[in-house]
Amino acid sequence: MRTAGLDIGSRSVELVVVEARSGAVVSAQEVETTPALREDCRRLLAEASYDRLLVTGYGRNLAEIAFDAPSVTEIKAYARGARAVLDECRVVLDIGGQDTKAIALDGEGRVDRFEMNDRCAAGAGRFLEMMASALGCSIEEFGEEGLRGENGIHLSTMCAVFAESEVVGLITRGARRPDIARAVHRAIIRRTVAMLSRVSREGPLVFAGGAARNRCLVLLLEEEIGGRVFVPERPEMLGALGAALLAAEAIPAGPRSDRGRERRRPPLA
Amino acid sequence: MSENDYTDMWTNLGIDLEAHDRLMKTLGQFYGDIYLSQTNRPEGMKYLDFVLSEIHGLRIRELLEAKNEGRKIVGTFCLYVPEEIVLAADGVCIGLCAGAEVGTEQAEQILPRNTCALIKSFFGFKLARLCPYTESCDLVIGETTCDGKTKAYELFAELADVFVIEVPNTKGDAGRSLWRSEIGRLKNKIEELSGRTITADGLRAAIETVNAKRRALARLNALRETVPAPISGRDALLINQVQFYDDPVRFTAKLNELCDELDDRVQRGIGVAPAEAPRILVSGCPMAAPNWKVPYIIEKNGAVIVGEESCVGERGTRNLVPETGRSVDEMLDQIAERYFRIDCAVFTPNEDRMGHVREMSERYGANGVVHYALQFCTPYAMEAGKVERALKADGVPMLRIETDYGMEDFAQIETRVQAFLEILR
Repeated sequence: MRTAGLDIGSRSVELVVVEARSGAVVSAQEVETTPALREDCRRLLAEASYDRLLVTGYGRNLAEIAFDAPSVTEIKAYARGARAVLDECRVVLDIGGQDTKAIALDGEGRVDRFEMNDRCAAGAGRFLEMMASALGCSIEEFGEEGLRGENGIHLSTMCAVFAESEVVGLITRGARRPDIARAVHRAIIRRTVAMLSRVSREGPLVFAGGAARNRCLVLLLEEEIGGRVFVPERPEMLGALGAALLAAEAIPAGPRSDRGRERRRPPLA
Repeated sequence: MSENDYTDMWTNLGIDLEAHDRLMKTLGQFYGDIYLSQTNRPEGMKYLDFVLSEIHGLRIRELLEAKNEGRKIVGTFCLYVPEEIVLAADGVCIGLCAGAEVGTEQAEQILPRNTCALIKSFFGFKLARLCPYTESCDLVIGETTCDGKTKAYELFAELADVFVIEVPNTKGDAGRSLWRSEIGRLKNKIEELSGRTITADGLRAAIETVNAKRRALARLNALRETVPAPISGRDALLINQVQFYDDPVRFTAKLNELCDELDDRVQRGIGVAPAEAPRILVSGCPMAAPNWKVPYIIEKNGAVIVGEESCVGERGTRNLVPETGRSVDEMLDQIAERYFRIDCAVFTPNEDRMGHVREMSERYGANGVVHYALQFCTPYAMEAGKVERALKADGVPMLRIETDYGMEDFAQIETRVQAFLEILR
């Protein structure tokens, strides 16, 4: 039996199929999110073969209706995916297209606490893309450019609109492109670490989402938390992988019984 | 919404009919989506549906009839204003809503943008001429709870007759005696407004009326301790919202009828959600009608809200005024004492509230607590961390939400609520 996880994000859609018994990955596909989102998903699904599907990501509600598949939140999916790639993982950081999520796991790998931006996407993946394009960099080059830069410039705003103006202003004042790129990366990491600190910085950290492919972000994150950061081989696949694995494990319904809280049933008079 | 024609009545009150029509349409649709879509609702909720359908109709007509009889309509925005004193002078006490995003543009011409939604809303209703309750008021009573409201009443006084009572920030002897003297000042003001002297008999009757309402609400809450929950949190919130402006005697009778029905449900084990649905306690800022956003998100995702540690909830209705007072002064002492026990976050320290949240989460068998703070509400946002720590000691997880009345963050809040429920399941 094979199970599939579909992660519908604001910038890309991933599909991972696993062997239910072993959890081994059979296939992993990714496409960019377009206005024809439903068709994109349908095509991805048509090319794969699986017995059961679980969806996650910001488009999960659409998929629930379109493909009649159950859904879980990205938080649960990423937590599961992170434990699959690093068994002792206790913290997950996911920088996606428009959300940044920090998730703390307990010793069993269950979600203990989480934080997620809810009114502003400053510092998320899309911010990174916009700043890259303001500097005339491709997103793939941007991290490398940041690695070549030196600390010294401080980006004063995290609003994408104002930051873009600030970047343009820095260019016209003759600042070096790598140094500006570095400043952008440092600003994102500052904001991200603040979110991490509200959740937990204790224990092995898995950095996921497309932004984890950016080596400059990884390096700065390691500097900031003073330790190694684990980046999976395909960090953008973690949500889909987690969903596929959760689909393989029948998700128990009902409240958890290990909270040490008995539900009181008042005696019926 | 209402089938009756109240155009003349609204016109006389100076309501902007066109904008009001739009508001009522939106409200009707909102109510349909959030309330009428529920399955297995108690029959007794039909009364609430009716009240809502006539929210700016029949009840306003009643108020205008009361005015014609020479009775005064007093609007309030806070639990600290004792309804008993208004009723004792044969007045009508209306807790004004301020739970909708209306007249924001007009409100933001006067108020800073970074003002909590509740304050913006009551200004918006006034400036956009959309609330017949506000327009019917002979007097609005303000109170110095948070800085936002305290300063807003100064500006509101340019638009309506406002009388502000001082609520202290500490609960020592100085605070207590200030509070008692403010209760006296309020009583004098109400006597002056109504042209009536508050008598011991009148005040005792008012105390009994309001206590009866609180007892009915406590009865409702006690029924919600049952698994499965016999009524949804949305419906319970609505009941708590309506109690601020419905006729107290009629409301109490109707609520007791509903509780009879819920009693029967409890006996037969009938619930609005499966027994295994996660049970949530909501704690924090008041949710004034029609602010139903967060409860709707929580319940549409399969949880059931079993209690409200809120001004529109148990914080406002727990504790009765003793019915033993013999003189007006003695009763005012007892009223002052009862209201002084309310554990609003504007007080420092406010340890009582931590105890209440823990006690309520235990009593209602909550699996988790959702802490609700309005954006820019410093007192509750600041206390959220303390509440979280207090609950952690009991192993009860908490989710912090800070939001306003807008819908822009609906999907994000929903994701966070779903993730929280996944933790609890």
